[in-house]
Amino acid sequence: MGEPAILTEGLRKRFGNVVALDGVDLQAEQGTVLGLLGPNGAGKTTTVRILTTLLPPDKGRASVAGYDVVRDAESLRAAIGLAGQYAAVDENLTGFENVEMVGRLYHLGKVEARRRANEVLERFGLAQAAHRTAKTYSGGMRRRLDLGASLVGRPLVLFLDEPTSGLDPRSRIGLWDLIRELVREGTTLLLTTQYLDEADNLAHRVAVIDEGKLIAEGTPEELKARVGGEVVEIRVADRSKLSDALTAVFSLVPGGAQIDNQEAKIVLPAGENGPALTMEALRRLDAAGVPLADLALRRPTLDDVFLALTGRAAEQAEENGQAKRGRRARRRQATGDGGDAA
Amino acid sequence: MTTVAVEKTAEQSAPTRLTWVISDAWVITKRNLLQYVRIPSLLVFSTVQPVMFVLLFRYVFGGAINVPGVRYVDFLMPGIFVQTSVFGAVQTGIGLAEDLSKGLIDRFRSLPMARSAVLAGRTASDSVRNLFVILLMTGVGYLVGFRFHTGLIPAAGAILLALAFGHAFSWISASIGLAIRDVESVQAASFVWIFPLTFASAAFVPVQGMPGWLQAFAKANPVTITVNAMRSLTLAHLPVARNLVESIAWIAGLMVVFVPLAVRRYRQSV
Repeated sequence: MGEPAILTEGLRKRFGNVVALDGVDLQAEQGTVLGLLGPNGAGKTTTVRILTTLLPPDKGRASVAGYDVVRDAESLRAAIGLAGQYAAVDENLTGFENVEMVGRLYHLGKVEARRRANEVLERFGLAQAAHRTAKTYSGGMRRRLDLGASLVGRPLVLFLDEPTSGLDPRSRIGLWDLIRELVREGTTLLLTTQYLDEADNLAHRVAVIDEGKLIAEGTPEELKARVGGEVVEIRVADRSKLSDALTAVFSLVPGGAQIDNQEAKIVLPAGENGPALTMEALRRLDAAGVPLADLALRRPTLDDVFLALTGRAAEQAEENGQAKRGRRARRRQATGDGGDAA
Repeated sequence: MTTVAVEKTAEQSAPTRLTWVISDAWVITKRNLLQYVRIPSLLVFSTVQPVMFVLLFRYVFGGAINVPGVRYVDFLMPGIFVQTSVFGAVQTGIGLAEDLSKGLIDRFRSLPMARSAVLAGRTASDSVRNLFVILLMTGVGYLVGFRFHTGLIPAAGAILLALAFGHAFSWISASIGLAIRDVESVQAASFVWIFPLTFASAAFVPVQGMPGWLQAFAKANPVTITVNAMRSLTLAHLPVARNLVESIAWIAGLMVVFVPLAVRRYRQSV
């Protein structure tokens, strides 16, 4: 009780002329999951790096498990676990050797490090592969090994920086299950992700950051409530008709519609008025002669929230970030489950 | 339960800090050495190059190089030992750049381990590998006619000196590797400073044959000084003291400058 497990106040960091963090306040209570959501380049990784003592903040302060990131860096490191964006495993070591090494470096002692390495590998379904070099592991296995290594010190607070990026859907869901189990056991978790459905699935609270600023914070439900009730999603068959479609339906909703050019998609917040609005939208689009690829009434996803908050889709923002940083492109999954199901 | 584990760790590390410094460095050293067990070809190829140099200088160039009063092979081998050590030091920077690019340094820096361990472990494991290669080169040297003319202790001293010199160079290499960060660039950059130091020296030829301006450089070159100290230790009839003291001073000086530099680079590596 008492002090939050993670606390930041006015965190600022710049790299040359680029402002990576521009005054970020975060808070996570013990035993909860804080999802840090935002496109690439938003400042998620910088936040994690400051909280794990890899980077000093320029301004503001931050503490983890009650330890200040600058003053108590050494004690802080004993209380945390970090699994980064790239599975940080030594390919030339076996799975067991990797985890055991990290255990030794947490100063567990030889016997205990071995015991826990076996325990972790067993738990993460890597017992069979424990004595193979990590080079032979699949992407999903490496991520599990990396996550396992970050847990061997039994951290109070765990930082997972985009733990499922680049994983196939099955491995993602498998990793989600493991993460949920850890949280049930009382670990506090800060999770960064670009996948809105991931934050939706795992996080108690979500902080949305964009261009180094916190732009929204709340439970996934609260954030979705910002969009207001259900949404009508219209996907036009021909992108050139997108503006015709918008003209046709724009006046239907007082708050205005969100457009996603890339996906040739319009999202209308429907409030409690879903079915009636859907009918009316269909009528108008038909009258305007806009051929549709899809029209669905659905519950809002965090995608819609991101769109509503930033005026652009998460993926678009991600691509901007990628242009800046030259990261490997990652497609689609962020779209969530709403659109295609209907 | 988790709380207890953490408290215990914090408590232990306070009174026994030095123990952890050593133990952490050992964990990293072991990890680095395991790579040679897992990829034996890495070790094989790091020995092929020096063997080729021995053969090249012994049989191709050696006949054209005249060193008064000494058989060329006896003159050559101390040079080969130092060259092997110095070339081996390049691996320190490359290994660190590799660890950086794979995110391993991030992991290490987020752990409650000693801040010196990654660098100490890396330079130590590179020195162990150098020892292995130098012992192998001694064997190769014996096959092509090289002999220690002094005795076991001076011979061991000569090898130790080559190792210490390589170790100091490992710290230079570490500073460069952590500054440049890109594996291929580190590799390319290494030869810019390693090559002139190794070849514009008395490692393979007497400096007397060089033009005056180069002689000045070669004579001041720590490679020359160290190779000459080793020759004093292996050839019996040369005075030992002065070269040896100068060489040790160089090693100490390089360490004093580059150990803190590399450690600072490591702490700041983002």
